[in-house]
Amino acid sequence: MKNREQIAQGLAACGYIADADLATAVSLMQLLRRPLLLEGEAGVGKTEVAKALAAVHATELIRLQCYEGLDQSAALYEWNYQRQLLAIQAHRGSDADSIEDQIFSEKYLLERPLLAAIRRAQPPVLLIDEIDRADDEFEAFLLELLSDFQVSIPELGTIVATTIPHVVLTSNGTRELSDALRRRCLYHYVDYPDVEREARIIMARIDGASASLSLQIARMVESIRKEELRKVPGVAETLDWAAALVGLDVRDLHDAPETVHETLMCLLKTQEDRARVTREVAERLLGKVA
Amino acid sequence: MSCCGTNPGYDEIDEVSRLVSTKLAAFLKTLRDNGFPVGLAEGQDAASLMGAGYAAKPGLLRSAFKHLFSARKSDWEKFDGIFDAFWLGKRVRSRSIAAGLAKAANNPSLKSLQDADARQAGSQSATDQIPSPDDAPEGRSGEGRMEGASRAESLAEVDFRKLADPDQIEQAHAAAAQLAKTMRTRLSRRDLARRRGYRLNLRRTIHNNISHGGVPIDLVMRRRKQKPLRLVILLDASGSMSLYTGVFLRFIHGVLDEFREAEAFLFHTRLAYVSGAMKEKDAGRALDRLSLLAQGAGGGTKIGESLKTFNRWHAARVIHSRTVVMIVSDGYETGDAALLGREMAALAKRCRRIVWLNPMMAWEGYAPVAAGIKAALPHIDLYAPANTLQSLTALEPYLARL
Repeated sequence: MKNREQIAQGLAACGYIADADLATAVSLMQLLRRPLLLEGEAGVGKTEVAKALAAVHATELIRLQCYEGLDQSAALYEWNYQRQLLAIQAHRGSDADSIEDQIFSEKYLLERPLLAAIRRAQPPVLLIDEIDRADDEFEAFLLELLSDFQVSIPELGTIVATTIPHVVLTSNGTRELSDALRRRCLYHYVDYPDVEREARIIMARIDGASASLSLQIARMVESIRKEELRKVPGVAETLDWAAALVGLDVRDLHDAPETVHETLMCLLKTQEDRARVTREVAERLLGKVA
Repeated sequence: MSCCGTNPGYDEIDEVSRLVSTKLAAFLKTLRDNGFPVGLAEGQDAASLMGAGYAAKPGLLRSAFKHLFSARKSDWEKFDGIFDAFWLGKRVRSRSIAAGLAKAANNPSLKSLQDADARQAGSQSATDQIPSPDDAPEGRSGEGRMEGASRAESLAEVDFRKLADPDQIEQAHAAAAQLAKTMRTRLSRRDLARRRGYRLNLRRTIHNNISHGGVPIDLVMRRRKQKPLRLVILLDASGSMSLYTGVFLRFIHGVLDEFREAEAFLFHTRLAYVSGAMKEKDAGRALDRLSLLAQGAGGGTKIGESLKTFNRWHAARVIHSRTVVMIVSDGYETGDAALLGREMAALAKRCRRIVWLNPMMAWEGYAPVAAGIKAALPHIDLYAPANTLQSLTALEPYLARL
């Protein structure tokens, strides 16, 4: 709706050039209060979406990086055992009930990202990064949290969310996510940007990148993506390359084919790919770039 | 906001909203038929979106619905076509969808194909390209044994291609599904027995010993988490394999159902990802859905090219360090054998083990001389026959050791 354009503009002001689809997704997030699940190849800017979103809302970004073996004590809360033990020693001799009351209080509770996210005064952006790396059990637990937004701590009671955070989940597809989680979320597939959008991203992110150079870089990257590569370069790689070219004072790709070929290491990250894009291939691709 | 232009009366608004919600319900049904995971909550959200003014422009509504209803990339990609066909009545799109269906109807479905093949199995076995003089009599004696006391026992040893009557086929299918189930439980129990920590988990130990005043009495150990074994099956559904695909499909169906982590692919001249279709609870329906995916089944085999597609698009996602890739194929490559060798080498680098099951291996006089299998052999960890239930069972100890 009207705030769809506002969102797109807001994201652009924060350095994230979104397509119309993504702006819709963000506006739906607010309207339906559902988490947003972002999928896509590595390096297309999934994590950046959350960062930009936090900037747009002028709010905190709380990030939970998932990994194999991630459990509640690292994601939700944990008691500060060392301090509890110290307190027990210090109050030795006093009434057991009063010690218990004391050591199981807020003071001894360590907030982890998920608990922190639901206890803020202003709704933060909660980024659950690479959810596919966490185990199935954790995913099920997360699902419960995302639908109820309350946490029960046996010693302390139930903590109900003061605010509902904007939740963004990202996945690289190393593991198939459960249908239940997918259904709960809005889905957006982040694709490689088209030439024009990529050029705008370069201009927004790299100081000193002229419009013509950005467009050339974007075209070049697009044609490289069409080659048969093992690791297709993402937007992050494009930005690295653009930064390298700007740093080396390249104004026009055609003026410095040598530099172009030498700096391709920013884009091609495996030896095979490097061998595939030879000097001749690079020149052929460069020739197609107007 | 309203698309009607003039100011309608209250009755008309009621009428319009009823029409819209009927249409929306029909759309939800269309989506469900197309395999979208759409529940009641999504339906309500969709209605509230239309109420919130997202219906003003078709493009906007499409984009909003797309985010709401899609759950994975495949949904994401086909959504636009379905939406346009349903709401905008775009002929081109709808024709392309209909064309896919028509093709499937013209092609013999995979299920009917394998049933037909199974029916002919008895007569065909005599004309197989591999010389086997005792084929026909053995076939008959096999059937004879069926009538004996322990049906299940003897069924285990009969070559799948010699199963003729539908009852037996059904039995073999059920046994294959059961086999998958037992393999799963056996494997997981082995995993449990190995559980023993070797490092101390200090945090947990302190926590558990607060009741002892912090004196560590109960120790908590830490152990490395075992990733469950993942099974990735690539099944050859080409014409030369048609006598076996039926049983293996049932086996795969059982494996996907029972293993915590399993993925399945089907290939003939191209590769199809079939885990989604195979997750249907009912085996018959799963096979029906599969027949849509497996258009062209029963033709030639391009193993090399299929593997190339697999390595390029799927391998990163479905293969981790404890993955066994199981290829079920007779190794008759109609494409480039050298390509097959290269792709097998690439695959071997990625996964833990490659098991190649070749039903023909047990045939008398068979030797791996076909160019395809010759190129692939150096990269295979286990090359085994899989023409009977017994030989399938024999695989389990091998998998358990990984």
